[in-house]
Amino acid sequence: MKFWKYLGLRVLTWALTILIGVTFIFFIPRMFPSDPVESMIGQMQARSGQMDPAAKEALRTSLRIQFGLEGSLWEQYTSFLWKGLLHFDFGPSLMSYPTPCSEIIARNLPYTVGLSMITTIVAWVIGNLIGLLAGFRKNKRSSKILEAIAICIYPIPYFILALVLQIVFAYVLGWFPLQATIQYSNGTGAFIASLLRSSVLPALSILLLGTGWWIISMKSLSSTTAEEDFVLYARYRGLSEKKIGINYVFRNSILTQITALAMSLGGVFNGSIMTEIIFGYPGVGTLIQGAIMQSDYNMILGCITISIVAISTCTLIADLIYPFIDPRIRYS
Amino acid sequence: MKKFWKNAPLRLKLGLIITLFFLVLGFVVYFIPHTNPFPNNIRAKNLAPSADHWLGTTSQGQDIFWLLIEAIHNSLTIGFIVAAIGTVVGVLVGLISGFVGGALDRVLMLITDTFVVIPSLPVLIMMTSLMKGSSTVILLALVLAVFAWAWPSRQIRSMALTMKERDFIHTAWFSGEGTIQTVVTEILPFALTWSLSNFMNATLSAIASESGLAVLGLSPGNLVSLGNMIQWARNYNAIMMGRWNWILPPILGTIVLFVGLFMLITGYNDYMAMKRGR
Repeated sequence: MKFWKYLGLRVLTWALTILIGVTFIFFIPRMFPSDPVESMIGQMQARSGQMDPAAKEALRTSLRIQFGLEGSLWEQYTSFLWKGLLHFDFGPSLMSYPTPCSEIIARNLPYTVGLSMITTIVAWVIGNLIGLLAGFRKNKRSSKILEAIAICIYPIPYFILALVLQIVFAYVLGWFPLQATIQYSNGTGAFIASLLRSSVLPALSILLLGTGWWIISMKSLSSTTAEEDFVLYARYRGLSEKKIGINYVFRNSILTQITALAMSLGGVFNGSIMTEIIFGYPGVGTLIQGAIMQSDYNMILGCITISIVAISTCTLIADLIYPFIDPRIRYS
Repeated sequence: MKKFWKNAPLRLKLGLIITLFFLVLGFVVYFIPHTNPFPNNIRAKNLAPSADHWLGTTSQGQDIFWLLIEAIHNSLTIGFIVAAIGTVVGVLVGLISGFVGGALDRVLMLITDTFVVIPSLPVLIMMTSLMKGSSTVILLALVLAVFAWAWPSRQIRSMALTMKERDFIHTAWFSGEGTIQTVVTEILPFALTWSLSNFMNATLSAIASESGLAVLGLSPGNLVSLGNMIQWARNYNAIMMGRWNWILPPILGTIVLFVGLFMLITGYNDYMAMKRGR
């Protein structure tokens, strides 16, 4: 029974988190003095000269509808919640009119999810393994060198590391393309080959930074665990170092890292956006960049809503799985 | 001081030296009289490093060395403003939430959790893209601060929750101290150590966010910051032209600054843990 109560509460928090987040991004633009419709009309006039007042009025009305700015604030809000949040319908994209935003986002999302998910999981596994070894044998020279490398890589912002990799491997050495070039029309083989080739550098940036963090955090976790009394007791019992490492230190410190993995997803998503933009990788990040350049507010709002829902849901899943992994946790 | 230097971990010392170096560049060297490096076309273009222009000039005829010094000054300033707002608001919300408890605690934590969970960059992108053109340094700092308070308030709250049950707090309650007085005189000193390390962390992430926005062209266009400097070099194809004296200084500067600050933070935390352990 307790399980259901826990589940209910957790799902309720999840829904409220999304609701607060989405409400925030709905009201913020409406608090700014700048009006997207007016600025768009201004841009059009700058490009193609003055228009006559009647045409301008008609344009204004139709743009207000497209942007979901018709009616009172409350009507706009409820219609945004109903259409945007529940049906992922954000209206037509203004940069590739009249394709719906949701269709374009759905086309780009798999690239971002694929890139960030795979690199995050690989970084988590590699980083935790190295961190465990480094923390368990913290006085060895190799452990210290590994940690020093991790400390020098982790704090670098995503896009700076991406730029450095781009300069070194794409510009100076020329091993990989400067910008992602994916062949969509030459058959599946060419598509996969070009996708992999274009993904190496973006993936490497996310991977290096992620691994750096997991090494640092796992090292400090496992070195404190290794000093606890029950590990000392295991040593006195004469257990092998390998057994102590796996059964005592690893199993106890990995639990914290699972929670940390869920907490890190938002950051990874931010990093993935920046990395994509540097390499022109066709994911949500590049989409957001294009939308900003062309003032496609429907698209910006759509991308953000989707990312809030996606990240919150991943965190929810991680939270729900956790009690199955750690038998000490009781639903309460 | 001597004793500190003998006991401090290597990381803390290195971090201190690097951070001090950047503080001197940004807040001492910055005030040495120099011509404004920003305006275009008053210097020769594409100069290699020389005695007059230590790092040469850009393809727009801007002095790279002084541009870099101003960028360090502005980036650090933005970082400090954001970190100060985030830490103060975070500590306040965390303490209130932890001490008052009940419904207020639940509402505050729900809002805090939302800001911890939702990815900050897309929302920052939306807010700054709406102010495109009209944004200023202060406005930018305020926008960045929207995401800087949530994590500290969560940490301070759990700190307050464990502290609430300690004996000396009960003593304070029973001797008639009010909530506010208890918080200020009994709890705040404990929170300060943690706040200092959080402050540095927040500085670091604010500078990173600002440079991220700059790469998207969303930082104020006339703001000389580390991110904008990199973005301008990228825009004018400094990489393609192999102008390393232009693109590398802001990149290396950012990397060294970040690694230095990070060493300072982790070294400081280790040092404090070590001191407590004794």
